[in-house]
Amino acid sequence: MEYHLKTPVDKETVRKLKAGDTVYITGRMVTLRDEGHARFLAEGGAKGVDLNGAVLYHCGPIIQEKDGMRTVVSAGPTTSMRLERYEPEFIEKTGISVIVGKGGMGSATGEVCVKYGCVHGIYPGGCAVSAAMKIKRVEGVIWEDLGMPEAMWLLEVEDFGPVTVNIDAVGGDLMKEKQSERLAKV
Amino acid sequence: MKVPEEKQYALVPAEGTGRINDKIASDLARFVCLLAVSLPDDVKKRLSEMALGETSDGAKKNYECMLENLRLAKGLKRPLCQDTGIPCFYIKAGSGFPYVGDVEAAVKKAAADAFLLVPLRPNAVDPYTGKNTGNNEGTCSPYIDWEIVPGDGLEITVYLMGGGSSLPGFAAVLTPGEGLEKAKQLIIEKILEKGVNACPPLIAGVGIGPSADIAAKLSKKALLRPLDSDLAEVGDAELAKELFDKLNGLEIGPGGLGGRESMIGVNVISGVRHPATFAVALSTGCWATRRGVIRFDKELNVSSPDHGDFV
Ligand code: SF4
Repeated sequence: MEYHLKTPVDKETVRKLKAGDTVYITGRMVTLRDEGHARFLAEGGAKGVDLNGAVLYHCGPIIQEKDGMRTVVSAGPTTSMRLERYEPEFIEKTGISVIVGKGGMGSATGEVCVKYGCVHGIYPGGCAVSAAMKIKRVEGVIWEDLGMPEAMWLLEVEDFGPVTVNIDAVGGDLMKEKQSERLAKV
Repeated sequence: MKVPEEKQYALVPAEGTGRINDKIASDLARFVCLLAVSLPDDVKKRLSEMALGETSDGAKKNYECMLENLRLAKGLKRPLCQDTGIPCFYIKAGSGFPYVGDVEAAVKKAAADAFLLVPLRPNAVDPYTGKNTGNNEGTCSPYIDWEIVPGDGLEITVYLMGGGSSLPGFAAVLTPGEGLEKAKQLIIEKILEKGVNACPPLIAGVGIGPSADIAAKLSKKALLRPLDSDLAEVGDAELAKELFDKLNGLEIGPGGLGGRESMIGVNVISGVRHPATFAVALSTGCWATRRGVIRFDKELNVSSPDHGDFV
């Protein structure tokens, strides 16, 4: 199935998505990587940012600043598995609905996705210019002191995809399934 | 024994002239800029072939996205992947190259210029404080490796080394009893475990030697070779073929979501081992392996064997 989602994404919609579906996202998307997650959890959130129903992008973009205007030059996904240590708590605390990254995530995230209604999806890794073309605007940045890749960028996106649903909110986990098939072959 | 005072300077590595050779620096900067936005010819060709070989919808869509991304990046002159890596320069200088003392300063200048021109992403992070240096400069960045060879030209292999793409890499010192079988098993396990995070399809470089450092160095050389390199040793060629077939059999596919193949290529370089050790190392590259070879002759005429569009 193919879905075109608008943010914030309500939980009823989230629970409809199945591992293997393709989604495209329009609205607000925020980026966070390791350091950003760590700070978010340590400080109990980011001031003025409500992530309920939001879309989180595992990404450390290249942003160019010219004449006071910020443009996203290149912004493909980063390895989601690195964020496994933060994500269950992050999902629980924020109520986010969709996570986009690359590669799979762990079972702890899977369980929390079912509990709170969240999905993890995969955007084709390395396709950073294609991704940047779907990002219409940089709305702002938080924690810039963490450095360009690790800062929290608030982005406005249009039809951001194809994102393949990997972990759904009803117990499906595409990458886990594929990996165990492969393991059986070795 | 005390070294006589006037001889001591010889123990300190030469630091070059410190002069910035504008021709080398600017050609090299242009080359790094090109590398960030386009792939080497052999990798591009292989990816297009792999795309045609796919039958499932998911894998086809993924390849379409990759190839479209390559077109956009080239056209807009934007980094094809946002992870423009740690800039690495593997220098092979002819002992008779007239500007050999200028090379290191030119490389650093080129890396700094390309950083601003492309722009590249700042990726140099202090291992203790976690602080990003903000300009890709720091100890060992740009990473520069030197080799002096007979001749009067200069060849530099440039590699924008991504983080995710390096993830499955490892080196291990095995016992001879464990030897080749264990080495193969470890390589397959690592690629299976972490390959999906390294933006497959992948390139694998395998090195074998007497110690971890030698095996690791050879594995990186193997990774950065042209895909269709003739491997010097029959054993290397056989091992490369066996790993290629086995890894492809795992059908990791683009993005790890399944597909007919897993690997763009596998290259192996072996040195001797020690009677008591069997060291093996793996270096990996993603589908966006931004490797390029640039050559200067002694008149500083420039060319690239793997980027036909570099003029
Ligand atoms: S693995 Fe390669 S393509 Fe993927 S994000 Fe890293 S550098 Fe880019």
